Amino acid sequence: MPKELLNKKDIDRALTRMAHEIIEKNKGIERVCLVGIQRGGVHLAKRLASNIRGIEKREMPVGSLDIAFYRDDLSIRKEQALVRKTDVPFEVTDLKIILVDDVLFTGRSIRAAMDALMDLGRPATIQLAVLIDRGHRELPIKADFVGKNIPTSMSENVEVQLEEDGLEDRVILEKIV
Amino acid sequence: MLQKDLLGIKEISVEDITLILETAAGFKDVLGRDIKKVPTLRGKTAVNLFFEPSTRTRTSFELAAIRLSTDVINFSVPTSSVVKGESLIDTALTVQALGADFIILRHPSAGVPHLLARKLRASVINAGDGANEHPTQALLDAFTIQEKKGGIEGLDIAIVGDIMHSRVAKSNIYSLTKLGAKIRLIGPPTLIPEEMKEIGVGVFHTMEKGLKDVDVVMMLRIQMERQGKGFFPSTEEYSKNWGLTPERLSLAKDDAIVMHPGPMNRGIEIASEIADGPQSVILEQVTNGLAVRMAVMYLLAGVKR
Repeated sequence: MPKELLNKKDIDRALTRMAHEIIEKNKGIERVCLVGIQRGGVHLAKRLASNIRGIEKREMPVGSLDIAFYRDDLSIRKEQALVRKTDVPFEVTDLKIILVDDVLFTGRSIRAAMDALMDLGRPATIQLAVLIDRGHRELPIKADFVGKNIPTSMSENVEVQLEEDGLEDRVILEKIV
Repeated sequence: MLQKDLLGIKEISVEDITLILETAAGFKDVLGRDIKKVPTLRGKTAVNLFFEPSTRTRTSFELAAIRLSTDVINFSVPTSSVVKGESLIDTALTVQALGADFIILRHPSAGVPHLLARKLRASVINAGDGANEHPTQALLDAFTIQEKKGGIEGLDIAIVGDIMHSRVAKSNIYSLTKLGAKIRLIGPPTLIPEEMKEIGVGVFHTMEKGLKDVDVVMMLRIQMERQGKGFFPSTEEYSKNWGLTPERLSLAKDDAIVMHPGPMNRGIEIASEIADGPQSVILEQVTNGLAVRMAVMYLLAGVKR
């Protein structure tokens, strides 16, 4: 049986707090943009942007980033990663980019995302926002904004399910069989 | 499911074709950026093994490999030498021993890529085998049509010229039929094989009948070396009957697109003003070819051995 770690209310509260933290840390949202990592990160980036709009009363640019071409596990994956849309509709150079992902685990996706972003330009800074940090980093990568820290074992899987994908909002923990 | 090689469109499913086209869209984005290169296939090696002269296909594969951060070398074999079965395999094994992950092969005989694919661990990509297939050309054509027309299913597509000797035509017939288009072949009776009527495609011998209301006009290169072999009386005669002129193009739909795999014989199979005109997508085919070849290499690299 999967165990529910966060329900819809918990996710909403976490994203609201993260929106405030992003504004606080950047002293407003001047030159700040959100870029979600395909796929879960894109939905969360849009939600964060909408929360931030509610607080600051200003629009905030949101992009989406596909990292398939930058992965380091191409030769060991079971099958090739599906290529999804990269759509960053602004010049990233000199902007403060906040990368958004659903789960932070080994850190390898974030490394790939940073490389992908650097090929689009030279951001002023890159910060990282994740809904769940489940530990087990394999690279020196740390999130700036975290919805919830959840200690896990390697034999478990964390899944963020979102309404945008036609599911109920929740985060679940499963044993890998 | 894609296998380790891309030998022909005949061998792959609609799902495979769709996956390649979707993946190519991602690579096309990359080609539009300032930094047109991705690290995806770093450390891999591709070898262009061409037993037939080719500039554009070879260059396109070469640049596709470079854009994927794959090292690429060109291994051209003099066309005059008769390559015996054994020495052909030896050549390929030698190239593989040099560390090739991809062998991009063009050969004047049909079926050579299939033979080598069985002997090699490397991925074999067919870049044209005799009059059999030229799968990446058909994939880039499908990509271009899809981009311009929003889809392929239900479109009326005319393929004009020397169908009999054309691997481009053959691969396109397989791919566009699988994707649900209605194909019409137009050309002299001597250059359209009789069997074509049996596979459910339309066969026309005049442009006036064949081009009526089509969405896409795909011209083939008339191979000058076929002149004087009894397939058609003369280049002038061919051009008069089957050349694409503005008057003939006006029979197609107003928004019809014109394609050509290159190199073109301007003024023979296609009038210059059409090649350079607003309905022509010939140069876009070249750009899309890069994206499609990157997609093919990317996907084949992921196939488990």
